[in-house]
Amino acid sequence: MTQALDEIKIGGMGASRKRVEDNRFIRGKGNYTDDIHLPGMLHMEILRSPVAHARITRIDASKAWEIPGVHLVLTGEMMATRNLAWMPTLSYDTQAVLATDKVRFQGQEVACVIADDPYIAKDACEAIEIDYEPLPVVVNPMQAGEPDAPIIRDDKENQAGNVIYDWEVGDAEGTDRAFEQADVVSRLQLHYPRSHPSPIECCGSIADFNRSTSKLTVYMTTQAPHIIRAAVALVAELPEHMIRIISPDIGGGFGNKVPVYPGYVCSILASILLERPVKWIEDKTGNLISTGFARDVYLDGELALRRDGKILGMRMRTLADHGAFFSDAQPSKFKIGLMHSTFGCYDVPVAHLAARGLYTNKAPGGVAYRCSFRVTEAMFFQERMMHAAANDLGMDQAEFRRINLVRDDQFPHRTPLGFLLDSGQYGACLELGLKAVGYEDFLRQKEEARKNGRLLGIGISTMSEPLGAGNSREYDILGIKMFDSAEIRVHMTGKALLRTGARGQGQGHETTWAQIVAHELGIPADDVTVEEGDTDTAPFGMGTYASRSTPVAGAAIAMVCRKVRAKARKLAAHLLEVSEEDIEWELGRFYVRSAPDRGVTIQECAMAAYSNMPDGMEPGLENNAYYDPPNLTWPFACYIVTVEVDPETGVWDVLNMVAVDDCGVRINPMIVEGQIMGGLTEAFAMSSMQFITFDSEGNCIGSNYMDYLIPTSWETPGFELHGEVVTPCPHHPIGAKGVGECAAVGGPAAFVNAVMDALAGTGVRNIDMPLLPDRVWEAITERHDVSGAPPVRSDG
Amino acid sequence: MTIIYEETGAEGGPEIPQQRVTIRVNGRKVIAEVEPRLLLAHLLRHGMGLTGTHTGCDTTNCGACTVLVDGRAVKSCTMFAVQAEGREVTTVEGLATQSELHPLQEGFKEEHGLQCGFCTPGMMMAAKALLDRNPDPTEEDIRWGLSGNLCRCTGYQNIVKSVLWAAEKLRSQSAG
Ligand code: FES
Ligand code: FES
Repeated sequence: MTQALDEIKIGGMGASRKRVEDNRFIRGKGNYTDDIHLPGMLHMEILRSPVAHARITRIDASKAWEIPGVHLVLTGEMMATRNLAWMPTLSYDTQAVLATDKVRFQGQEVACVIADDPYIAKDACEAIEIDYEPLPVVVNPMQAGEPDAPIIRDDKENQAGNVIYDWEVGDAEGTDRAFEQADVVSRLQLHYPRSHPSPIECCGSIADFNRSTSKLTVYMTTQAPHIIRAAVALVAELPEHMIRIISPDIGGGFGNKVPVYPGYVCSILASILLERPVKWIEDKTGNLISTGFARDVYLDGELALRRDGKILGMRMRTLADHGAFFSDAQPSKFKIGLMHSTFGCYDVPVAHLAARGLYTNKAPGGVAYRCSFRVTEAMFFQERMMHAAANDLGMDQAEFRRINLVRDDQFPHRTPLGFLLDSGQYGACLELGLKAVGYEDFLRQKEEARKNGRLLGIGISTMSEPLGAGNSREYDILGIKMFDSAEIRVHMTGKALLRTGARGQGQGHETTWAQIVAHELGIPADDVTVEEGDTDTAPFGMGTYASRSTPVAGAAIAMVCRKVRAKARKLAAHLLEVSEEDIEWELGRFYVRSAPDRGVTIQECAMAAYSNMPDGMEPGLENNAYYDPPNLTWPFACYIVTVEVDPETGVWDVLNMVAVDDCGVRINPMIVEGQIMGGLTEAFAMSSMQFITFDSEGNCIGSNYMDYLIPTSWETPGFELHGEVVTPCPHHPIGAKGVGECAAVGGPAAFVNAVMDALAGTGVRNIDMPLLPDRVWEAITERHDVSGAPPVRSDG
Repeated sequence: MTIIYEETGAEGGPEIPQQRVTIRVNGRKVIAEVEPRLLLAHLLRHGMGLTGTHTGCDTTNCGACTVLVDGRAVKSCTMFAVQAEGREVTTVEGLATQSELHPLQEGFKEEHGLQCGFCTPGMMMAAKALLDRNPDPTEEDIRWGLSGNLCRCTGYQNIVKSVLWAAEKLRSQSAG
């Protein structure tokens, strides 16, 4: 009898399947980089600069060499003899591996020690003597842009000042005209503070060079193993087939584990020199002060408005502080990532964005921290500007958004800054959020409370962000196109092995990828093993960041399954002795159209592929697929927060937070909700406490978990999630959109807008994040904006 | 057994002092020769190969290294191995029996209380100490009880649910 499988029962699409990776993690049997122990392994520690800007006048490592157990001390000078003192960044700049001439930020790598154990290596680092001749420090990019500012990158020819780039997009003249016609111009200036992805697991690597095979194996904390392999091949000039990058379990990435760091390079060189495995595991301070930070962008934004609330034009100038080296991990064509995705979800006729990037004496980075290349800043700026504009018009926040959101019948929607939004039901999401939070009711409560001197506020953030780079026409990193891949082998008994070019760090790929296979082939998800992260076995892919796994690798999985199904259909025709055209597919089974009882399962087809294939057919049932997406996917989200601010202390409490996410078809709803909840937690973190700043000497404040505040279970509020609105992505094979970072991208503005709403009437337009109680208190009592920009040094 | 010492550094460098400790780890008595400055976390991870105890910070904030010492939750990065002399240490590897998971382990899987899994062993050990003291905690009790542990992936809502799930199962087990 014909019997299509129950998709949920086999763990297919839409099943909240429990995660398979959990089985090892809950037993403490994960295999993270630091868990790996190789025979004869040595340990590396890095000595970092204590100062932010100085000339190195002397390095004396002789005392370190004398310590028993020390095998090697690496300095910039030694790296230079091998042409490895500098390395290229992912943004066409160079970065020092170990400093030779100068140090340019606090925490910069100066020397490395390789020893029998990490304690000895640390002792030896302390025994290295270095003389630093201090130079003037610049930690504020406005100051860095002044004509008399010290030039930070004097190592670069043709680098006159500290400006890295000036980049613009949009229609400057058209935008000017829109502003001339505006009834009201609303302007907002603010700073999105420097932040750090700070996964709990720090970065690390174990390099293992085997002289007898000439093969270099590197176990490392990387979200993009194939990019690393390419980088190692190019930088260390090793043949690519002799390099194997293995990314074992990763203890969180969030963009921090995309770039190439000096520690990786040094451990590789040390292993080649010593012919022994060399392990480097960074400490938390090293991670926070030297590896990929995020954000640190200043906004000067303006909206041209008609009295009735219609936006006529948008103008944005941004100033990004990239630190001492421009090492953003982002598509090469766009200097400030996808900042120009700002205002995508609103129907804005004309817009212009001008972006400037600057060097300062701060750590390099600019990684996409739970973010698709600066879209976090883009959406934060957008929603803060929306909030200010509605107030300037004296208009209700929800109504102002209703008037301007792109309507359902406007898709596909071309934005004035060049994106094509694929689909959405923005209005439905907003209304759902308003209903869930009890909007009108809350507005009344707020008025009541105000009479008693209590400050309540509500903040809305609606946004659509571009997820899943490429397409390859526009998106590449150093010329490597941003596509992704999948490869599947269906074994004889119908079980399967799936490999992709992505690399999860907690997103649950081992679980969800098998669900796509179940959906496409009817093979129960439990019968599918998923492997990622080993460049010797996985097909080439660009890795996992910027919520690109489901949009790109997930699509490749569906496509490779369809190739396999096409072959299985031929096998089915052979087994059923009918022509292929007479065969129909239902989940897990082919059958004869005219006689639905006559059928064969996918497992029977798999067996036939190895034991009973038709004459002339190539044996086996496996294939691969490279997927180049036609466009980015555009999920939409509406986040609404209500707060109460204590006017006496500036402390604010979240009363309620409602999140409506339309991320297209959900493969595993449990995992999708988990991603949203994680993102909301980080949104709360950024708005309330988490940031990195510097004093005027360039000392990093936020260099450890006592200063870099991450909310715990105690501070973090509860969240109410809604997933009722589903707009499938029209160009994705299974209708899915990215989701992993939406909440971290769109969430912060909802919290900040809520607090600003509570402060309405004080004349305060902005408090820079994080909204620490002292900043809020200052705004309330002094009735002025509070800036979080780092200090300008006055002593020259 | 033979131990090979390689000659590196200056001859006759300072001797690294060693001290013998006897600790009961997950029910088994273990004797180790350690440097007095060796952290308990490092002895467990690298000395004994119990890599389920993770380290995620330098300042006793993250809680990834949480183990039980004589039944109390302790951040093992903040204790020297020699301070564990004569104590009973339980790590995540000691939670399950050979045939059965601990209800906390089941609860974390059931309620999607983990993503990358790095904070999870510490979370579960802190939760175990809490449930041993208070078998019927409120959500607030759990939020306070786990406030020494950081998670960057999951947020805390599902972690709290996981612990509630385990508490309920443990209670029904002891009632039944
Ligand atoms: S490693 Fe022990 S608290 Fe972070
Ligand atoms: S699950 Fe990744 S840190 Fe908690």
